[in-house]
Amino acid sequence: MLQVKNLTVHYGVIEAIKEVSFEVNEGEIVTLIGANGAGKTTILKTISGLVRPTAGEIVYQEDIIQKATPRAIVQKGLSHVPEGRHVFSGMSVMENLEMGAFLRRDKKAIRQDIKKVFDLFPILEERKDQDSATLSGGEQQMLAMGRALVSKPKLLLLDEPSMGLAPLFIEQIFRIIKKINEEGTTILLIEQNAAVALEIATKGYVLETGRIVESGAGKDLLQSEAVQRAYLGA
Amino acid sequence: MENFVQQLINGLSLGSIYALLALGYTMVYGIIKLINFAHGDVYMVGAFVGYYVINYLNVGLIPALLLSMTFTALLGVVIERVAYRPLRNSSRITALITAIGVSYLLQNGMIYLVGPGVRSFPQVVNNTLYQIGSFQISQMQLLIFGTTIVLMGALQFVVQKTKLGKAMRAVSIDSQTAELMGINPNAVISFTFLLGSALAGAAGVLVGMYYNSIDPMMGYAPGLKAFIAAVLGGIGIIPGAMVGGFVIGLIEVLISGYGNSMIRDAVVYGILIIILVVRPSGILGRHVKEKV
Repeated sequence: MLQVKNLTVHYGVIEAIKEVSFEVNEGEIVTLIGANGAGKTTILKTISGLVRPTAGEIVYQEDIIQKATPRAIVQKGLSHVPEGRHVFSGMSVMENLEMGAFLRRDKKAIRQDIKKVFDLFPILEERKDQDSATLSGGEQQMLAMGRALVSKPKLLLLDEPSMGLAPLFIEQIFRIIKKINEEGTTILLIEQNAAVALEIATKGYVLETGRIVESGAGKDLLQSEAVQRAYLGA
Repeated sequence: MENFVQQLINGLSLGSIYALLALGYTMVYGIIKLINFAHGDVYMVGAFVGYYVINYLNVGLIPALLLSMTFTALLGVVIERVAYRPLRNSSRITALITAIGVSYLLQNGMIYLVGPGVRSFPQVVNNTLYQIGSFQISQMQLLIFGTTIVLMGALQFVVQKTKLGKAMRAVSIDSQTAELMGINPNAVISFTFLLGSALAGAAGVLVGMYYNSIDPMMGYAPGLKAFIAAVLGGIGIIPGAMVGGFVIGLIEVLISGYGNSMIRDAVVYGILIIILVVRPSGILGRHVKEKV
């Protein structure tokens, strides 16, 4: 579904990503794990068109997309939930969800999809007229994910959904990620919290300073000594 | 007391004009963090367009307003496209200096085209005075006030209820995340300039009729005062610009009425200094803390 081939990204003269290649197949949950500064967020931003690569290729469902605008990429069914939620504060929960449907014209279906988001995150329905800035961190994460889902993505990019959340919330969010995946959305998940990410992932890649240093099935990586040492503190 | 009510009426009509102009400043600032100093000159161009269409096309007030708004809306979009967009990623001071440059270009361009002289604006509205109790209100004042309220209502509707208006707010809150929704920020920025400049055009025509005189330098002082109104209300906040505009209008009229009209402008500029020292986020502004 998504192939990233020899992707290299520079910020000025700094090489943030060095020839990274990986693949996401339809129906999978793929996770990229790595410490701060490993380049995880840069990879996602490059996929969604916010950052331009210096070399390499991104192929999404047979289309080469590394030169497409973010708008065209959203249109193709690729939706990115940014790190740190980035809900539109000052706008209500409902308005945030409507923004997720910005490129859609089918009003009736949008309403149904918003309802589906409310089924997934009932707390959002309770707060639908509330300013999104007044939500707790976990609720904002739910809103950011809901907002992305309203665009009807085929592939959902999640950037550190667990960041700054209490363990209870993390558990809940990851249960829902799994559920979204089971309902047919492919997921590319970026995490520092390797344990929870690998737990639900089909496949994982370990990123270190812009390079992939290890990859394998989620459960295998969880057992791998290198990952244990670096990320799980064991 | 009667005198006071009379001054309030005058202040509200003057304030309407400032509010219309302040809206343009605040919307543009809200979305690209640029103080568009050319805004006052867009308003001047609007007044001239009104002057020409009334004189040469013999149209009434409403068509003159609409034509002028259309023209300035396009002018605003062109200014953004040509002067500001290429500087989108440069420092804010660069864009600010460019805005001042565009302001001079418009002023001097108009002097070149129509001459520096003052022209009297054609009177399309009878200056009937309505006597209500012991104070009076002119038809002109009612018209200014009415037009302003209608335009503000329309703007509020566009910004709060329409898809494009919501996209505008989204881009002004977080442009990059808005892009992830599929919103094209450049289109939204053009739309913002279109709205703001249309309001400036309307203000230009209204002022032309109210003061009965227009000239290429007329945008300078009202432009600055509208900017102060926008800062006073809280720059970037649309209702703030309305509040700020009315407050500045009222203060100006009350100073002229009860104090000394010579110090009127000094007081208004003084307000800018005070607000920047005491409450830089403005009357309706608040400190926003980022939640992580």
